[in-house]
Amino acid sequence: MNRFGLIIAKTYVEKFKSKSFLITTFLFMLAIVVGTNFQTITDQFGSGSDRESDGWNIVIYDEEGRIAAAVEQQLSIVNQDITIEQSDASLADLEDQVAAGEYDALLAVSLQDNGKITADYLSESLTSRAFSTDLQLTLQTIQSNFVATELNLSADELAMLNMPVAFEQSSFSDTAKSETELNEARGLVYIMIFAIYMSVLIYSMMIATEVATEKSSRVMEILISSVSPVQQIFAKILGVGLLGLTQLAIWGTVGFASVQLSSDSMEGGLYSLFDFSSSSIETFLFGIVFFLLGYFLFATLAAFLGSLVSRIEDLQQMLMPVTLLVVTGAMLSFYGLADPEASFVTITSYIPFFSPLVMLTRVGMLNLPLWEPLLAIGLTVVTIIILGWFGAKVYRGGVLMYGNSSSFKDIKKALMISKKEK
Amino acid sequence: MTLHIKNVTKRFGDHVAVNNLSLTIPEKSMFGFLGANGAGKTTTFRMILGLIDASDGEIKWNDQSIGYHNSNEVGYLPEERGLYPKMKVKDQIVYLARLRGMDKKSAEKELTYWLDRFNVPEYENKRVEELSKGNQQKIQFIAAILHKPSLLILDEPFSGLDPVNVEILKEAVRDIQRQGATIVFSSHRMEHVEELCESLCIIHKGSTVVHGGLREIKRSFGKKNLLIDTDFDLTYLSSFPGVVKVKERMDGVELQIENEAVSQAILKEINSKGFIRQFSLEEPSLNDIFIEKVGASFE
Repeated sequence: MNRFGLIIAKTYVEKFKSKSFLITTFLFMLAIVVGTNFQTITDQFGSGSDRESDGWNIVIYDEEGRIAAAVEQQLSIVNQDITIEQSDASLADLEDQVAAGEYDALLAVSLQDNGKITADYLSESLTSRAFSTDLQLTLQTIQSNFVATELNLSADELAMLNMPVAFEQSSFSDTAKSETELNEARGLVYIMIFAIYMSVLIYSMMIATEVATEKSSRVMEILISSVSPVQQIFAKILGVGLLGLTQLAIWGTVGFASVQLSSDSMEGGLYSLFDFSSSSIETFLFGIVFFLLGYFLFATLAAFLGSLVSRIEDLQQMLMPVTLLVVTGAMLSFYGLADPEASFVTITSYIPFFSPLVMLTRVGMLNLPLWEPLLAIGLTVVTIIILGWFGAKVYRGGVLMYGNSSSFKDIKKALMISKKEK
Repeated sequence: MTLHIKNVTKRFGDHVAVNNLSLTIPEKSMFGFLGANGAGKTTTFRMILGLIDASDGEIKWNDQSIGYHNSNEVGYLPEERGLYPKMKVKDQIVYLARLRGMDKKSAEKELTYWLDRFNVPEYENKRVEELSKGNQQKIQFIAAILHKPSLLILDEPFSGLDPVNVEILKEAVRDIQRQGATIVFSSHRMEHVEELCESLCIIHKGSTVVHGGLREIKRSFGKKNLLIDTDFDLTYLSSFPGVVKVKERMDGVELQIENEAVSQAILKEINSKGFIRQFSLEEPSLNDIFIEKVGASFE
């Protein structure tokens, strides 16, 4: 095996055997299994005990009694969780009973002379469980019916009055996707952005730690006298990259198997977000490309920043720019999921450190002409090459440099040490 | 297989780390490279290894420059000791040897030989962080020599070792030289250099101040040491013509004198003063030469 292969193998095997790798892989695996069987698991625990309190008891105070009956009838169609009870008690008594907890809410209704219904709704809390919207809709319908009866409208005329509007959304922009497509894409893009974001942060940290460890333990000086810095840097990046792919493959396999074996139905719930279909294949392929690009870009940056620190303690500070760039990229893409055509999303999708995440969002959410993602890919590749070349120069000097300070001024110092004189 | 260093200068910005250094280190010799802290030793070693480029001049090993194409022939023990703390001794020595072009089997075989020779066979499967500093040093030494380099660079090989281990390591270094390796080593301990090297150089602030064979250097230094032990006080000799320095010791005084002739004048002077227990004329030690050349500031 040549030296390059040796370093890849050593990095891979060493990291693979490390406790932290085994533990994170296992914990995440567990999370996937739990996540895909969530419905089954919650059903095991959740059923039965809470059923009683699920219903919502409303007592109606109605002087005339006409409305109360109509409300009871209508509501049984709209929302079955609500139980209506009519009462002849006085309003003050009912208020006391609600306060005492005998009922969940009190609805006091009265009919005005002009056919308008006035309603007072009193409940302990104003949360969504108070069902005020449902009640309002119900009362609205009842009021319309009363007025219609008053005006002597026929049933057909009434139906015409209540006819729903045919409302369909479409866009004159070529790049827009239909609403269904968007919902499909959103889930996939969301997963991929999250995967890239996490991997880039975790694995570039891993590489920087590896470099800083070799430097702080001073084994670097022996290594650098046998293997060139460029080979070292890229062998490490590939080694950790392979490790990352292994981890993703393990999680992917576990996830797939778990979904297959899961007793959850594939309809609704979590799965409605991730309905993979025709157009998502393209998004998926671009996702893999941007995943690799993002990894190589940030891994190279992390490796050369790692070569500048003398002590592991300073590493976090040195990696700050990496973290900031990744986080900013992720924020931009999450914004892009909601509004992929915003101009700053378009612009940042071509900026190399953001494009793996942001361009992926646009590819997923819009029907882009092919040259747009290809241009972003090209720009990122060029950046990786420049960064690799520059990083290797800094690395060459950086690993020979020991000092207390860990700042970006050290880049200049490192370049001075590694300067090619001829 | 001679190492030629020709007019080598290294500048870091305005700072001149090595100034116009020229050395020839013949094949299979052991060369001592001396200098105070910060004199430019490590920078010179790094230039020899091709880790950093010289600003001017050239370094040739066997008429070739040293780089990654011939790093299998070179062994390096850096001044700053370092191994992977969490890795087992065997795993990492074999890994490092394979990076120097050795195959796994022979690396393992050689490792067993050296661990036995250094009386530490039980460390094979221990992690480096579990070993004492001196034992880590032995492991580091093995890492530098396992692949049988023809050029071996040892930066402070004996620092931090107890006398017993220094002897074991010295013997190993001699053996490696006998097997045909050219060895360059630096040390602060002059007696190690006197004992091992046939030629040496002393550099100070990047420039060579002494260079040549050990005997010639001592001879051309001129000054001699005179050791006298008497029952009477000798400190007044400091003003005696030809006496450079007087150092009091438990067993008398040590005088540094301009030349051999001065000793005879001193003998005449003190002969009648009383009982003389010891009177001996000695070659200057490398320590004296170093201090003289590099400056008393180093004391």
